Amino acid sequence: MLMLEARAAPSRGMALASPLLALAVTVAIGVALFALLGKDPLRGLQLFFVEPLKNAYALSELSVKATPLVLIALGLAVCFRSNVWNIGAEGQYIAGALAAGWVALQAGPGSGRSIVVAILAAGVAGGMAWAAIVALLRDRWNASEILVSLMLVYVADLLLAWLVYGPWKDPQGYNFPQTITFAAVTKLPRLAEGLRAHIGVVIALAAVLACWLFLFRSFRGFQLQVGGLAPAAARYAGYSSRGALWTALLLSGGLAGLAGALETAGPLGQLTPYVPAGYGFAAIIVAFVGRLHPVGIVFAGVLMSMFYIGGELAQSRMGLPKSLTGVFQGLLLFALLACDTLIHYRVRVAPPGGGVTSGPAKPVPRWPLGRAR
Amino acid sequence: MDAFALLIAATLNAGTVLAIAALGLLVSERSGVVNLGAEGLMLVAAVAGFAAAVHSGSDWVALAAGAGAGALLAALFGLLVIWLNANQYATGLALSLFGAGFSAFAGIRYTQERLPERVQFELPVLGDLPFVGPALFRQHLVVYLAIALAVWLAWWLARSRAGLVLRAVGESPESAHALGYPVRRIRLAAVVAGGALCGIAGAYLSVVYTPLWVEGMVAGRGWIALALTTFATWRPLRVLLGAYLFGGVTMLQFHLQGQGVELPSQWLSMLPYLATIVVLVAISRNAAWVRANMPASLGKPFFPGA
Repeated sequence: MLMLEARAAPSRGMALASPLLALAVTVAIGVALFALLGKDPLRGLQLFFVEPLKNAYALSELSVKATPLVLIALGLAVCFRSNVWNIGAEGQYIAGALAAGWVALQAGPGSGRSIVVAILAAGVAGGMAWAAIVALLRDRWNASEILVSLMLVYVADLLLAWLVYGPWKDPQGYNFPQTITFAAVTKLPRLAEGLRAHIGVVIALAAVLACWLFLFRSFRGFQLQVGGLAPAAARYAGYSSRGALWTALLLSGGLAGLAGALETAGPLGQLTPYVPAGYGFAAIIVAFVGRLHPVGIVFAGVLMSMFYIGGELAQSRMGLPKSLTGVFQGLLLFALLACDTLIHYRVRVAPPGGGVTSGPAKPVPRWPLGRAR
Repeated sequence: MDAFALLIAATLNAGTVLAIAALGLLVSERSGVVNLGAEGLMLVAAVAGFAAAVHSGSDWVALAAGAGAGALLAALFGLLVIWLNANQYATGLALSLFGAGFSAFAGIRYTQERLPERVQFELPVLGDLPFVGPALFRQHLVVYLAIALAVWLAWWLARSRAGLVLRAVGESPESAHALGYPVRRIRLAAVVAGGALCGIAGAYLSVVYTPLWVEGMVAGRGWIALALTTFATWRPLRVLLGAYLFGGVTMLQFHLQGQGVELPSQWLSMLPYLATIVVLVAISRNAAWVRANMPASLGKPFFPGA
């Protein structure tokens, strides 16, 4: 019989191998699923893992999807490392898109290119404001950040719906729920002629570097992580848990808002009810698969974008539903969490009759639903 | 007056979905395991139930299919968090994300389906009473079963041996283990039972309440059910009361629209979510009150032999 045996120390090798193992498991299940649906699994693999990397155009599309995922996941990594469970990044993304959209709608004949900066800044502010509600309620009244941030996703979604069906609706839009197409001056600069890739990629990469510096080279980042791993030690050291809460939420809210602004002023160019594309939720998977590490998140973000593009291709070329993407995303996180067991434990064949699984190892997560401060 | 009776009836109906799911989560949480995957679980169960209803034509087969789907996913979740010691929040989130994707994928051929017109449910004699008849006694049997379940659970947790063992496992798994109770098996049983109840709630939603399958139709009810267990400080009868309260808030939006209230429909649709936040804040600010009934080991893994 197999049993788990605690490792003396978490395995660094396994921590890196686990996402690859999880990907292998997901691909194996995916191949089985394709076969089950009577589709050619090799063709499926090609759509998911080859086509998105085929040429400059494909890579550009990949970057358009990866940019918001990486930005949001960076913020979430800071949150999760601080043991702040912000799972409402989707709402902060929408809030950022709304704020950015509002600025873009103000563009007149006199606006210069500097309005792009204002749009992005508004996005950051919008996302921060939305996350600040979560921080305030958690800080002031101890309300679970999990539930509040999630409820605010629905509220943001409905707010967007109200605006595009109501006050912000394009009067010449044949009654479609959408704003006017933003003025050309608000468009994000593109990286190359004919490609949709925009300066968001550069911003995202800069954010990766900044996040890495913040987490691993700044005192504040260190305090946050101590608070996440060992709350008692952080308290003893005098690190403010309230400060950590606000920092983590404002940072992730700002980054999610920025992602929303980039998406609005970049590929979308207007607000519609379809602004929320699930990036805020997919970014949770990106953050975990990327090991909550800025560099890992880049790889995970690209991988997740391949899932998105592969899903779209599978729809157009193989007649499979686009929701396949969501299935694979969920499977990947499931597989990852199962494989992560191997970081803290090794599998042993138990001697007959005896053997208990044992060990301390993991930091014990706290229960955030209404706990005492 | 008749409109008011119908509002009460609709409230009971809407509250039942939340009540069954929240009672399931309560069982799981009383054993020390928090399942953030409720939303995904309910979505998959809603598809499973709807598909079963389309093919079998029976509500009961549909509810059983929902329960089965819920139990299966909950078992997977339990395996990860109880045996492999995976983080409960992350794994629950994984379940929610997977459930959203999988239900959309599996349910695609059912989006156009309609269930046959159902018979009017009515209790004999009581259903004919003026006002209270249409308000209280013309519901699906499941509505009354949910009430019975809450009452029974309240008794079971407080008075039965098995219920006390379950609570002991949730309060202090170390002590329960020392006394010789199989902590992990008990937790798995609680998680699976809770998942089955969430599944029944999901199937009830798609088969009886709506009745229709739409992608993402659970619309946050799984999360509201999670919040309900905290609101109710892990007491079954308070869960029931809270569920009806939220059912009422959900129905209020349609009622207000019917009354010609001049508010955009999207604002009214925000009501349940805003109410959840408001109540959560109101309850959480009193930490002592929440803590009084909170299972002490909630969210923490247990390693026998450690």
